[in-house]
Amino acid sequence: MSVATVADVPRPVAEVNAAGKFLFIAGTVLLCAWVLVPIYLLVVNTLSSPQEVSGFPKTAIPSFDFGSLQFFLGFAGVVRALWNSVVVAVLTMILSIGIGAPAGYALSRFEFPGKATFRMLVLMTRAFPLPLLALPLAVMFIRVGLDDTVLGLALVHTTLAIPFAVLITFSIFSGIPIELEEAAWTLGCNRLQAFQKVVLPLVLPGITASAIFAFTISWNEVFAASVLTVENRTLTAFLLQSLSVSPMHLKFAGGAALVLPALIFIFAVRKYLFAMWGIANR
Amino acid sequence: MAEIVIKDVAKSFGAFTALHSIDLTIADQEFMVLLGASGCGKTTLLRIIAGLETPSQGEVWIGGHRVDRLPPRERGIAMVFQNYAVFPHLTVFENIAFGLRMKKVPQPEIDRRVSRTAELMHIEQLLKRYSGQLSGGQRQRVAVARALTMEPDVILMDEPLSNLDALLRLEMRAELKGVLAASKTTTIYVTHDQVEAMSLADRISVMNGGRIVQAATPVEVYRNPAARFVGSFIGNPPMNFIPAMKVGEGKWQVAGLTLDGPKADQDRLEFAIRPEDVTVTPGGLKATARVVEPLGAHTLVTCDVNGAPFRAVLESDLRVAPGDDLSLAPKSDRVRWFDPETTMAV
Repeated sequence: MSVATVADVPRPVAEVNAAGKFLFIAGTVLLCAWVLVPIYLLVVNTLSSPQEVSGFPKTAIPSFDFGSLQFFLGFAGVVRALWNSVVVAVLTMILSIGIGAPAGYALSRFEFPGKATFRMLVLMTRAFPLPLLALPLAVMFIRVGLDDTVLGLALVHTTLAIPFAVLITFSIFSGIPIELEEAAWTLGCNRLQAFQKVVLPLVLPGITASAIFAFTISWNEVFAASVLTVENRTLTAFLLQSLSVSPMHLKFAGGAALVLPALIFIFAVRKYLFAMWGIANR
Repeated sequence: MAEIVIKDVAKSFGAFTALHSIDLTIADQEFMVLLGASGCGKTTLLRIIAGLETPSQGEVWIGGHRVDRLPPRERGIAMVFQNYAVFPHLTVFENIAFGLRMKKVPQPEIDRRVSRTAELMHIEQLLKRYSGQLSGGQRQRVAVARALTMEPDVILMDEPLSNLDALLRLEMRAELKGVLAASKTTTIYVTHDQVEAMSLADRISVMNGGRIVQAATPVEVYRNPAARFVGSFIGNPPMNFIPAMKVGEGKWQVAGLTLDGPKADQDRLEFAIRPEDVTVTPGGLKATARVVEPLGAHTLVTCDVNGAPFRAVLESDLRVAPGDDLSLAPKSDRVRWFDPETTMAV
């Protein structure tokens, strides 16, 4: 009896706290490394000369040699692919906001039959695997002449981006009290004027964020781009196609060209993306 | 001239009926308060007059024009919202000038009118600020100034003081009354606060369950409630009610006391008296004091009469202790009677 009680001495609370703290910090460091180390390697290799990329030993600090980047930009088809990526992403951005923002406004302001179902359906569009859709789409696009065009690809990317555009703009519009609009109506505005003069200035930053998010979705998309385009490849599709034949430094430079814009954009609009998922970030 | 006439207005939200056939006339320059507990339909009625809600049936007339199908901007109204609705992306000046700009009023005229109302509401020094830099009371002033600058025929106010703290509310109440009386507009003011209603109104419309129970002057509503609900809702502490039994023509037995009452056909009525309308006089209602709360000017005594709580407001120099037996005589001209079936006054 007495032996058991001696062994059962409670540990001090501080000791337990310290252990928890260690676990927390270790977890944080691990997660950060998980994300940051590949990006770091990407940046180091991009900013090194082609010889350094393929040679040994590696250095941790880049030599700021732009040889790889120069080679990348000079590589046949890269500039065209980059341009295609930008055009498709911009088109996607315009289309998804043009269609998604009115839907988000309607969801936040009006009561209509089937509203809950509609919200569900918007999300459901993401439930279909893209490979399942890509083949019939390719056939259909060939029939109507949209195959291998930036517009055709932008349409597919728009379907991918719209659910996010609708849900983000829905949460943005919901953040604007309806009374502000009503006050504008009583002060001489019709619905459109109230929207222009009161709602639009208030939601513009959020809409911009949502547009940038649509841009990044299109920018990063590779599957539909590979299947639906042949000549007019976007950068992702182009790099995937030339993966087996291109030298190491081209892959690194291409990877950086893809990752950096997306990274910068998402970082710039993170506040609104958190808001979309209902996480306060203040 | 902006008389408001509401004819047979009703509103349903799906299966829920928010308003049952409201008829109400509000005279030009009158200060009408819509008073009721939350969910009684008072805000819905205000929003129908504003044009923010479409009535399911009935007509709304403002200044001799039928407006129930017109958008808010064509009704000659201005509205002050409960949460102020000051535009956060505009300065106070631009907020107040907003309606004038929509009307394409020339700039010198805008400057003149904005500075005049700003002065009236004591916010001249805030004109360059944004609403995020204002306190609740200041925002309220901006919202009122924005409505007043429009020089509307009708000002509609939806619980404008309910978000302010008690002291500020008292101050704003007095100020609003002065400013609105001087502006000579017709005002409709929604509140659930009976003190606010009593102190501001020319007339009070007491609403309950989507109906107007009584529309009368504050004193009339207080002294002669048209229904049991009005008596119990208005007045703090509320009216006392005791069941009464008919014991003869115009004679009613109330808690063992026989009183003169109305010559009614009913066998049972409800006797009602305001707490301040009883005196400690022999031969009154037999009461046992339970809780004694000295309030300075008066003493509030909660007693047992016939096994039910009964509140009396008595002179503060009267010495009463819990457990004391009292005889409370109702002032005969202040006694009211209600039909327990219809809850209406007899």
